[in-house]
Amino acid sequence: MELNSKIPEGPVEKKWDNHRFNMKLVNPANKRKYHIIVVGTGLAGASAAASLAELGYNVTAMSYHESPRRAHSIAAQGGINAPKNYKNDGDSIWRLFYDTVKGGDFRAREANVYRLAQVSNSIIDQCVAQGVPFAREYGGLLDNRSFGGAQVSRTFYARGQTGQQLLLGAYSALERQIGKGQVKFFDRREMLDLVVIDGQARGVITRNLRDGSIESHVADAVILGTGGYANTFYLSTNAKACSGTAIWRAHKRGALFANPCYTQIHPTCIPVASDYQSKLTLMSESLRNDGRIWVPKKVGDKRNAKDIPEDERDYYLERRYPSFGNLVPRDVASRNAKAVCDEGRGVGDTGLAVYLDFADAIKRNGKAWVEEKYGNLFDMYHEITNENAYETPMRIYPAVHYTMGGLWVDYNLMSTIPGMYVLGEANFSDHGANRLGASALMQGLADGYFVIPYTIGDYLASSKFPKVGTDHAAFKDAQRGVDELIEKLISTRGTKTVDEFHKELGKIMWDYCGMGRNEAGLKKALELIPKLRDEFWKNVRVPGSSKSINPELEKAGRVADFMELAELMCQDALHREESCGGHFREEYQTEEGEAKRNDERFSYAAAWEFNGIGQPEVLNKEPLTFENVKQAQRSYK
Amino acid sequence: MNITLEAWRQPDQKSAGQFVKYKATDISPDMSFLEMLDAVNTMIVKRGEDPIAFDHDCREGICGSCGMVINGRPHGTERGVATCQLYMRHFKEGDTITLEPWRAKAFPVLKDLVVDRTSLDRIIQAGGYVSVDTGGVPDANCIPISKVIAEEAMDAAACIGCGACVAACQNSSAMLFVSAKVSQLALLPQGYAERKQRVEKMVAQMDAEGFGGCTNTLACEAECPKKISVTHIARLNREYLIAKVG
Ligand SMILES: Cc1cc2nc3c(=O)[nH]c(=O)nc-3n(C[C@H](O)[C@H](O)[C@H](O)COP(=O)(O)OP(=O)(O)OC[C@H]3O[C@@H](n4cnc5c(N)ncnc54)[C@H](O)[C@@H]3O)c2cc1C
Ligand code: SF4
Ligand code: FES
Repeated sequence: MELNSKIPEGPVEKKWDNHRFNMKLVNPANKRKYHIIVVGTGLAGASAAASLAELGYNVTAMSYHESPRRAHSIAAQGGINAPKNYKNDGDSIWRLFYDTVKGGDFRAREANVYRLAQVSNSIIDQCVAQGVPFAREYGGLLDNRSFGGAQVSRTFYARGQTGQQLLLGAYSALERQIGKGQVKFFDRREMLDLVVIDGQARGVITRNLRDGSIESHVADAVILGTGGYANTFYLSTNAKACSGTAIWRAHKRGALFANPCYTQIHPTCIPVASDYQSKLTLMSESLRNDGRIWVPKKVGDKRNAKDIPEDERDYYLERRYPSFGNLVPRDVASRNAKAVCDEGRGVGDTGLAVYLDFADAIKRNGKAWVEEKYGNLFDMYHEITNENAYETPMRIYPAVHYTMGGLWVDYNLMSTIPGMYVLGEANFSDHGANRLGASALMQGLADGYFVIPYTIGDYLASSKFPKVGTDHAAFKDAQRGVDELIEKLISTRGTKTVDEFHKELGKIMWDYCGMGRNEAGLKKALELIPKLRDEFWKNVRVPGSSKSINPELEKAGRVADFMELAELMCQDALHREESCGGHFREEYQTEEGEAKRNDERFSYAAAWEFNGIGQPEVLNKEPLTFENVKQAQRSYK
Repeated sequence: MNITLEAWRQPDQKSAGQFVKYKATDISPDMSFLEMLDAVNTMIVKRGEDPIAFDHDCREGICGSCGMVINGRPHGTERGVATCQLYMRHFKEGDTITLEPWRAKAFPVLKDLVVDRTSLDRIIQAGGYVSVDTGGVPDANCIPISKVIAEEAMDAAACIGCGACVAACQNSSAMLFVSAKVSQLALLPQGYAERKQRVEKMVAQMDAEGFGGCTNTLACEAECPKKISVTHIARLNREYLIAKVG
C-alpha cells in the first residue's frame, strides 16, 4: 500500500500555518449537517468532541465507562509539557521539538512533532481558562518543574493529579456541549466494529454494556480516541479496562497498525508482589527529581538498606550518566534497573527491585519539605506496601506503561481508512520509539483541541457522503459478525477463566517482548501465542448471558483481541533488527550496553497490514527523514 | 486468611436483590480489597455461576469507578481511601464482610454492586463548567491567582465523583459533590462571571435528580475518599444566597 503522510510543504516551522491556510473550510451554516462519531472520551476524545461541537458539528460521543470522567487519562500524575519558558531557563518551541525527536530516538515524524511543540502552549492557556487549578508560585503565576528527562522546567502540574484536572477540564467542556444537545453521549457503550462503506468510515457497532444490545451508529466521519494497549501484558500501570479492541477491530477493517512493538516500560513502579496482583501502580517520575536510585555493589547483598554503608552502594545512574544522573529518559532508566537486577544485585524479597532513596533529600531540606512535595505518593506507597518510605528507601521496578505504537495516521491524523481519524495514545504519531514524560497529556490534548478541529473540516468539505442508514448491508454484516463473536465466547463454556488466559499471555509478552528482546525469544513467543489463542477459543469460560451486564464477557472480547495484537507486536519486534528507544534488541547494543540504532535499514515507521488471523501481516514502510534534527546516537552521559 | 462475604446480588434494575454468602479462603493480607473480590469471582466462575459485578478501573483511587458499602460504610472503615485502595490487612481472620451497592434514589442499582451515577454528570451539565470555547483565550499567566486560593480550589477539585458522600448521607444528598465543583469555580477568577447561574442551576438539577437536602450531619465528609471538606458546603450556601438575593 502506498503510504502518503501528507506532510505539508515548507520549512518545518511554517508547515502547520501553511497547511491551515490551504485546507478547505466547512461553511459555518453547513457544519450542523455533518455528523461525527467520537469513540472514547479520555483527554483526546473529550477535547475533540467538545471542540467539534463548539464549531457546530453534530457529535455522537461514546465510552465504555459510565462517564467521560472515568477514562484512564484521569490517572496521569506528573504533568504536561509546554515550552512557555516561564522559568527563563532557555526553553523554546524548537527545544521541545528537538528534545521530543531525540527522546523518541529518531523514529517519529519531524513535522508532527514540531506541530505538537507549537500548539502545546495554547493547551495550557485553554486549561487555565477552563479553571484547571495548576500549581502556582506565591506571586500567583504558574509553577513549573522539570520532569522525565528534560533539562528545562517546562512541566505544568496540579499536585500529583494533573491528568485528573486536565480530564475534568475537557470533561466539563464536553458536558457543557452535552447539556446543550450538541453532543449526544452514549455511556457504557463498547465499540466492537468499524463500518466501512465504499472505502469510507461511516459508522461503528457498539455493545450496550447495560443490557447487552448490539447497536449501529451512522456518521460522516469516525474519530477513535480509545487509548493504548499496554494491557496486552496483563500487568501494567494502565487502568483495568484499557484495551486494544477499538483500534484492533479497525485494523482488521483495513487501518494499518504502526510500530506495534514500541512499548514504554516506566522505571518507577511499585514492584510486583505476587500472583494475585491485578495491576501495577506507578510512583510518579517526579520522585526522580529528588530521590536517588541505587542497589548494593555486592551481588546477593541481603542486608537492610540502612545497614549498607555509603561506599557499598552503587548509584548506578549517577555513575553511568553523570550529566543526567537519575533523570535519564525512561527507557534508559528501566533498562539499567533490569541490568542490575539481572546481575543479582536487585533488592527486596523477589530481587526484582531497586531502591529510590530520599534520605539525602530529607537531610538537605527536611522531612516537611519532602512531605509537602511528595506526601501523597509516600502515603500511597505506604498503603500498598505497608512500608514507610521516609525511613526505608522505596523499592521500585519498571513496569509496562504506555504504547507508542498505534494506528498509522497521516499528518491530518487520518488513518489509512478515509474518514477514520485516530487521536491520543491510540495513534502512533509523535513519540517515536520512546515517549518523554509529560508529553502524552500534551499530545492527547493537542490532537483533540487544536489539530482535529481543523483537519477534519478539510475532509468533510472535500468528500461526498451518499446517504446511508443502519439498514445498509455493511451495518447488518458487521452487527452479525459481532453477535457471532459474542455467541462463540459465551458458548465455549470451557474450564479456564479469562484472567487466567490473560495472565499467561502477559507472561509470554513480558518474558519475550518486554524490556529486553532477542530473536530466539521472539520466535518462541510467536510459537506460544497462537497455541494459547487456540486454547482460548476452545477452553475459555465466560459465565452469564450476553444480554445483561457481564464484565467477564467484556474482558473476554478484549483478551481475544490482545491475543491477536500480541502476535503482531512480536512480529514487529522481530523484524526490527536494531534497538531504538523502548525497543531494545539485545543483539544490537553498543559496547556500553546502550541501544544501537540502524538508521540505514530502519529509519522508517513500520505500518502493518492485516492479512487474516494467524497470518503474517504485510509490512509497509513510511520512510522518516530528518532535516532539522541530526540523527545521532542518543547520549545522556 | 479466611473470611466470609455477604454480598448483595441483584440481577438487574427491575429484579429484587438479596444477600448471598461466599467463603473466601487463602486471602493474603497484602491483597487489595478488589483483588480479594477477583479471587472470589474466579472461584464463582469456576463453579459455573455468575460472578459478583462491581465497577472499577484505575485501582488507584482516582477514577471514582469503584465504590461499595463495606460493613455499612461507603469505601469501608479506613479514612481517605476509595474501595480499591483498601487492603485486606485491615481485616481479621474469620471476619464476615457485608457488601452492598450505593443506595440512593438517584443511583439505581444496575446489577449487584453496580449503580448508575449518571445523575452526577447531569448536575455538571447544568453548570459545572466555565463557558469557554476552544481557542481565543488569554495567555495562562494573564490570570494570576494566589497560591493559597489555587490550593483551596485544588482541594475542592480533587473530588473523584464516586458518590460515597451520597451513599453516606441519610438524606442521599449530593451536596458535598456539588459544593466541591461550585466551590472550585467560585474561588477562581475564571468562574466569576457565571457564578450566580452556576450555583442555581446545579442545585436545581441536584433536586430534580432526586437527591435529598443537606441537614449538616457531616457523614459525607467522614466517608469521602478525597477528604473533601464540608467548608465547601458552607461556601455553596453563601454562593446560593448571593445568587438569590443579589
Ligand atoms: C499511571 C499513569 C500515569 C501517567 N502520567 C502521565 C503524565 O504525568 N503525563 C503524561 O503526559 N502522560 C501520563 N500518562 C499517559 C497518559 O495518561 C495517557 O497516555 C493518556 O491519558 C491517554 O489519553 P487518551 O485520551 O488517548 O486515552 P484514554 O484516557 O485511555 O481514554 C480512552 C477512552 O476510550 C474509551 N474506549 C476505549 N476503547 C473503547 C471501545 N472499544 N469502545 C468505547 N470506548 C472505548 C475509554 O472508555 C476512554 O474513554 C500516564 C499514564 C498512566 C498509566
Ligand atoms: S465529594 Fe468525596 S465522596 Fe463525594 S463524590 Fe466527591 S470524592 Fe466522592
Ligand atoms: S477503581 Fe478507580 S477509584 Fe477505585
